[in-house]
Amino acid sequence: MKIYSTALFLLLSLFCEVTAQNDKMVLVKGGVYLPLYGAEDKVVKIEPFKMDVLPVSNSDYLKFVQENPQWKKSNIKRLFADESYLTKWKNDETFIGLPNAPVTTVSWFAAKKYCECQGKRLPTMDEWEFAAMANEDVPDAREIETYNQYILGWYETPKTYNNPIGETFKNYWGIYDLHGLVWEWTLDFNSVLISGESRKDVDKDSNLFCGSAAIGASDLMNYAAFMRYAFRGSMKARYSSQNLGFRCAKDVEN
Amino acid sequence: MKLNLKKIFVTKMLVGLCTIAFLSSCVNDQSDKKYNDTVDIPVNQEMTAELTSPPFVPTPIGKRMAKKLIVDLEIQEREGEMTSGVKYVYWTFGGTVPGSFIRTRVGDEVEFHLKNHPDNKLPHNIDLHAVNGPGGGAESSFVAPGHEKVFSFKVLNPGLYVYHCATAPVGMHIANGMYGLILVEPEGGLAPVDKEYYIMQGDFYTEGSYGDRGLQAFDMQKAIDEKADYVVFNGHVGAMTGDNALTAKVGETVRLFVGNGGPNLVSSFHVIGEIFDKVHVEGGSLINDNVQTTLIPAGGAAIVEFRVDVPGTFILVDHSIFRAFNKGALAMLKVEGEENKTIYSGEIRDGIYLPEGGVIQSMPTAGNKTVKEEIKALSFEEKMQFGKDKYMATCLACHQANGQGIEGAFPPLAKADYLNADVNRAIDIVLHGKTGEITVNGKNYNSVMTAQALSDEEVSNVLTYVYNSWGNSKKEVTPEMVKAVRNQ
Repeated sequence: MKIYSTALFLLLSLFCEVTAQNDKMVLVKGGVYLPLYGAEDKVVKIEPFKMDVLPVSNSDYLKFVQENPQWKKSNIKRLFADESYLTKWKNDETFIGLPNAPVTTVSWFAAKKYCECQGKRLPTMDEWEFAAMANEDVPDAREIETYNQYILGWYETPKTYNNPIGETFKNYWGIYDLHGLVWEWTLDFNSVLISGESRKDVDKDSNLFCGSAAIGASDLMNYAAFMRYAFRGSMKARYSSQNLGFRCAKDVEN
Repeated sequence: MKLNLKKIFVTKMLVGLCTIAFLSSCVNDQSDKKYNDTVDIPVNQEMTAELTSPPFVPTPIGKRMAKKLIVDLEIQEREGEMTSGVKYVYWTFGGTVPGSFIRTRVGDEVEFHLKNHPDNKLPHNIDLHAVNGPGGGAESSFVAPGHEKVFSFKVLNPGLYVYHCATAPVGMHIANGMYGLILVEPEGGLAPVDKEYYIMQGDFYTEGSYGDRGLQAFDMQKAIDEKADYVVFNGHVGAMTGDNALTAKVGETVRLFVGNGGPNLVSSFHVIGEIFDKVHVEGGSLINDNVQTTLIPAGGAAIVEFRVDVPGTFILVDHSIFRAFNKGALAMLKVEGEENKTIYSGEIRDGIYLPEGGVIQSMPTAGNKTVKEEIKALSFEEKMQFGKDKYMATCLACHQANGQGIEGAFPPLAKADYLNADVNRAIDIVLHGKTGEITVNGKNYNSVMTAQALSDEEVSNVLTYVYNSWGNSKKEVTPEMVKAVRNQ
C-alpha cells in the first residue's frame, strides 16, 4: 500500500497546476565571471536568463499547496522533506507571519517543484551568484566595500525572515532581496562541497581558496561568499531552514 | 561438643572474613588499577554532563569512574549587551559567551550532540582541543540550522582545553563569541579547593568605537588589522564587577579556569594584589609556583590557584593594561573576612614627594579629526540614561558602581561634600584632570585623575547623572555650563 501510494505520489508529482503568480521577471544579460571556487583562469560563462524580481512569498506558497495538495505539510513524503518542512505553519493552510514575507522552511524538492509548476526552474548556483554580484548601480560590486559590509551586516542580523519581500535594495538588474532577507535555494546548491571544516578545505582543494585571494585583507567579498557556500554545504535536499527561501528563474526563449 | 561447635563457628567466621577480604581486594584491584595508556580505561554506565554558564563550573569529578558522558550543546545566535547602551549580536555555544563549561575525566567517552537552533542563520561546527582526531571534531559536526549532529570521542589527555567554532570564516565565528572551555580531570580528580570559577577572555571588533551607542555590527577590517575595540572577560564589559563580582572568604583557596578565545590577542593574566600559588601552565600538566602574571595564548588556557589571605577587592586584569582600563578586560574578586595587618598593613603614613612637579596627565585629544555627529539627549530621563552609560564605561573602574569610591585611593562621589560644593570645579576636574591632595567627606585623598576626552554633551550627561544619584544635590549640568568652563 505504501509503495503504491508513493508511486502514485511520484506519478502525481510529475503533473501540477500551472498557475502563474507573482511572476514578474527581469532579464539578466549574462556574461563571464570568476566564482569564488574557480581557479584564476577558469571563468564561468553565464548565458542570458530571466530571474524573478522577488522571492516566493508565504501567500504565493499557500496558493501552490492548495492547488497541489500532495505538497501540504501533512501530505509531504519524508523522502522530499524532513520534519522541519513548514514547521511553523499552524496547519496545512495557515502560515505564521506576513503574507508577503518570504516563504521559508521549504525543502529543495518543494522549491524545485514550485518553480516547475510555474513553468520555470530554480536558478543555478552560478546564475544566482552572478545576479547577486550587483549592487544598485553596477553588475559586479564585489570589490566595493559598502556592498560587502551590507552583506556581512545582514548575515549577523537575526530574524530577517520576518520582513516583507521587496524592501531591500533593487539591484542593477532590477532584482530585490538577493541579500538582506533570506538565503535562497539554487538548483545545484550542493555542487561545491565544503566540509565545513574550512581549514581542511584549504588543503583538500586549493581551488576553493584560489591562492592569495583567501588571505588578502582586501577580500572581504570572499568572507561573504564563503558563508553562502558554507551554508549551502550544510544543507541536504530534504532539509528546510527558517532562513532559507527561494525564487525561480527561466531560460530566455530564442 | 560446645567446644567443637565453637571451633566450627570460628573457622566459618575466618573463612567468611577471608572471603570478604579477598572480594574487597578484588574490588580494590579494579578501581585502583592503573592504565599505562588512557585509551584502555574502560567505561561503565552513561550520564548526562552537567553544563554551566560562566563564571560557574560543574561539580568536580571526584573519584567517579570513567563513563559514557552525553553532552548536549545548543548553538544560539542572539543579541546581547556589550556594555551599557551598546548591543551586539553574539553567536554562542549554549547562549553565553564563553560557552557552557564542560567537565570530564580521562577515559570518559563523550557523546557530543551539537544542535543548531532553527532560527539561526548560519551553519556551525565545533573544534574541541581536547579531541584526538581530524579537526578536533569539526569535520563531523558541521550542522545546518535546525539540525543536530552527533559524534563521539574519548578524552585521553588531562588538562584544560579550548573549544571553538571552525566554520568559514573561522575568525568571524570566534570573534562573535563562539568559544568555551572543556576540562579533562586526571584520575581521581583535581585536588579539592574552596572556590572554582570560569573566566574567558575575548577581543571584539565593532563598527563604532568603544562605547558608541546602539547595535554595533562586527567589523571585519578591524579584526583583520587586530585593532580591538573591546577586550573583555566573559563576553561583555563588567561581566564580573559590582554585584556580579566573584566572591571568596579569607583563607579560602580559589581556583580559576582561565581561557582565551581570541581571536587575535594574547592575554597577560594577572590578579592585582595576589600571587598565584600554583599555575597549571598552558592548562597542561606542568605546574609553576609563585607566579605574578601568566601568559594565556589565544586558543589556550591556564588553571591558576591562590589562597586569599586578606579581605578586599582584587582586580583581575589583562596586564596589557590599556585593555583593562580602556577596553573592558577587568573583573573583580571580593574577599570578605578578618584583616591581617602582618600580611598587609594598609596605609601607614602619607607624605608629599614630588620631585618632578605635579604634572597633570592628559589624554590625547582628537586633534583636527572630524568628529561624528553625536546623539544628543532630548529629555532629562535620556540625559540620565546616557550619563549612566558613560559613567559605567568611563568612571566605574575608579569611582565604583554606586559612587562609593575606594577609601584611600579614589574619592567617593556619593553624598560627596567636595562634589556638591562647587559645580564648576567638578566640570573643570572632568575636563582637565586633578592632581594633589583633597579632602572628601573628612578623608584625605592624594592621587591623580586624568583629563577625560569627552564632549560637552557627554560631560553634561555624566555630571547630571552623578549629581542626581546617590544622595547628591540634584543639579542639572548643561552643555553650555561645560562650554563656559572649557573656554575659561
